[in-house]
Amino acid sequence: MKFLDEYRDPTAARELARAIDRIATRPWTIMEICGGQTHSIVRYGITEMLPEGVTLVHGPGCPVCVTPLGLIDQAILIASRPEVIFCSFGDMLRVPGSRNNLQRVKATGGDVRVVYSPLDCLKIARENPEREIVFFAIGFETTAPANAMAVAQAAELGIDNFSILVSHVLVPSAMEAILDDRENRVAGFLAAGHVCAIMGLGQYHSLAARYRVPIVVTGFEPLDLLQGILMCLRQLEDSRHEVENQYARSVRPEGNPAAQRLIEQVFTVTDRHWRGIGLIPQSGLRLTADYDRFDAIKRFHLSIAEPPESTICISGRIMRGLDRPADCPAFGRDCRPEHPLGAPMVSSEGACAAYFTYTHQGHSTG
Amino acid sequence: MADPENGNPLSRGLVCPTPLSAEERVLLAHGGGGRLTHELIERLFLPAFRNDLLSRRHDGAVFDLGGSRLAITTDSYVVQPLFFPGGDIGTLAVNGTVNDLAMCGARPLYLSAGFILEEGLPLQLLEQIVISMRRAADLAGVTIVTGDTKVVDRGKGDGIFINTTGIGLLEHSLVIAPDRLLPGDQILINGDLGRHGIAIMASREGLNLETVIESDCAALNGVVGDLIRAGIEIHCLRDLTRGGLASALVELAEAAHRHLEIDESGIAVREDVQGACEILGLDPLHLANEGRFLVVVPANDAPRTLDLLRRTPTGTTAAIIGHVAESGPSRVTLKTRLGTTRIVEMLSGEQLPRIC
Repeated sequence: MKFLDEYRDPTAARELARAIDRIATRPWTIMEICGGQTHSIVRYGITEMLPEGVTLVHGPGCPVCVTPLGLIDQAILIASRPEVIFCSFGDMLRVPGSRNNLQRVKATGGDVRVVYSPLDCLKIARENPEREIVFFAIGFETTAPANAMAVAQAAELGIDNFSILVSHVLVPSAMEAILDDRENRVAGFLAAGHVCAIMGLGQYHSLAARYRVPIVVTGFEPLDLLQGILMCLRQLEDSRHEVENQYARSVRPEGNPAAQRLIEQVFTVTDRHWRGIGLIPQSGLRLTADYDRFDAIKRFHLSIAEPPESTICISGRIMRGLDRPADCPAFGRDCRPEHPLGAPMVSSEGACAAYFTYTHQGHSTG
Repeated sequence: MADPENGNPLSRGLVCPTPLSAEERVLLAHGGGGRLTHELIERLFLPAFRNDLLSRRHDGAVFDLGGSRLAITTDSYVVQPLFFPGGDIGTLAVNGTVNDLAMCGARPLYLSAGFILEEGLPLQLLEQIVISMRRAADLAGVTIVTGDTKVVDRGKGDGIFINTTGIGLLEHSLVIAPDRLLPGDQILINGDLGRHGIAIMASREGLNLETVIESDCAALNGVVGDLIRAGIEIHCLRDLTRGGLASALVELAEAAHRHLEIDESGIAVREDVQGACEILGLDPLHLANEGRFLVVVPANDAPRTLDLLRRTPTGTTAAIIGHVAESGPSRVTLKTRLGTTRIVEMLSGEQLPRIC
């Protein structure tokens, strides 16, 4: 792990923290977009290293968390059908729908399997020609290419007993929704490194210019995050609003063109409902007409309704950076990782779950 | 204890802190060794079976019988795959129960073995498992003296489930239990974390890692015996199993009503295990182990304890990882390598690989 240890070096971290301390003359609120970044920030106690005026708020970047309730209910309906093998990334299993979750479907006899790649589903589909294999295709731009590839290959190989339940969401539209909010206090962004590794920096230049907001594409290790924060603060203090790339070891300005082509071939941009936030125009992906025979919603003749969310949970405000987990009356009491009420408590990368697991704030009841 | 005169004594004892609803089902996570397992014990088993020995919530029960101090413990083994790098279900079934006895400070003597076999299991496979059990028992110095065999219909078992119960003898006057923890006590671990968890996950999920990571599965009664014979004043012992170091520490803090402070820089994780954790998005603190344990001793015994742990073949990376704090709430805090602090929580469900 020599490569990673370099990015977790305590001496270098302290130096960056000192530089941040020197440069910050005013209070600033910075949002990190990705759940992986939130997880690292809380796990390594990064906020403890920042001066008092610098506040990190945690964005909507956990795809598991923002998958809408209505879609999870549909997933549960599909997974409960006897002819279906329902495949999912592991952390979707625990996500509560309005009355049930996939783990409980599994416990009551549903064939629910954890896969590490959507391509594994094609293998399962070939081995089980009499069954319907459904993959829960969630995620940001990061997971979209692999999911697109699975669909494209299924089409090419004539695998007809495979479909996907699509819940893809796009980062830039979510950032726009946050910036458009009248209550917004986010002054700068740490953009999600892995999303940019696929999509490149292109979309972010216009965002930075239009909203006059600095955007620093940032990695996930402690030193990445501290350096990203430092770069963002430098811009804020200098009244600049540019797109900078802290994560140049993984992110090229143009991204990954081959992956982008694959996404465009299979998916098209659509409006999407975000759990805890609501409908964001042009913020997600759906299958194009050429591939919509692989759409599980169509295949099983389902329609999606949006059932009401918990009224106590303030996850929407948390994911827009307006509140922090500990501001929620249910946090750590009625809402815990084993019984989550809202989106950010669901996956280990959700802001509330990360705070609950790694900080004292979830444990005030002793 | 509830008054048994009023109504059905069992249902009176079964009053749960939160009542069970008709919709609740057993989930895999109830067996994961984390928060849900803990909840199941608290809500169902403890109220139903309530007695002084059980309430101590140790790895086994310790009691006096005919002038001797004995320990008894039981465990069931349902691992898949049945064979994995570094061991198989047979070695686990012997070492796991031997280790639970060792954690009570007992010298393991006798084991029982109950087999639940699925119709169609190749006998050759069963033979391999039984030979492993015999070998592990010989190494640990225990004898398997009684057993039981049941067969279930094809499809109703996972090849083979094994239950072992063990009896051991305490030959010292130490009281080894969480409530013996005192402020200033040092917390030691006998080596690096997570090899069993990754070995199982890699072979179960067919992950092709660069190196083969072998389970750390081993009997711990030898090293515990060394500590006792050396006159170390052991306050508590706890083996790290399914819930990993995090669960063991949190359980210890809660049972002892003490605050534990852990230093991350003392915790060893092998490079290949750490690498697998990075790929799968897992925290080594939550990974399963089968040959690692915590020992809590007074500060003046810590250097000698460390020396004895390091003398064992698998203990070269043994370390002092923390101490019992003077005061504070019953929880565990971790000083990270960056010098910041965070709390350590039990795993709240099954350990699930993250999406990205």
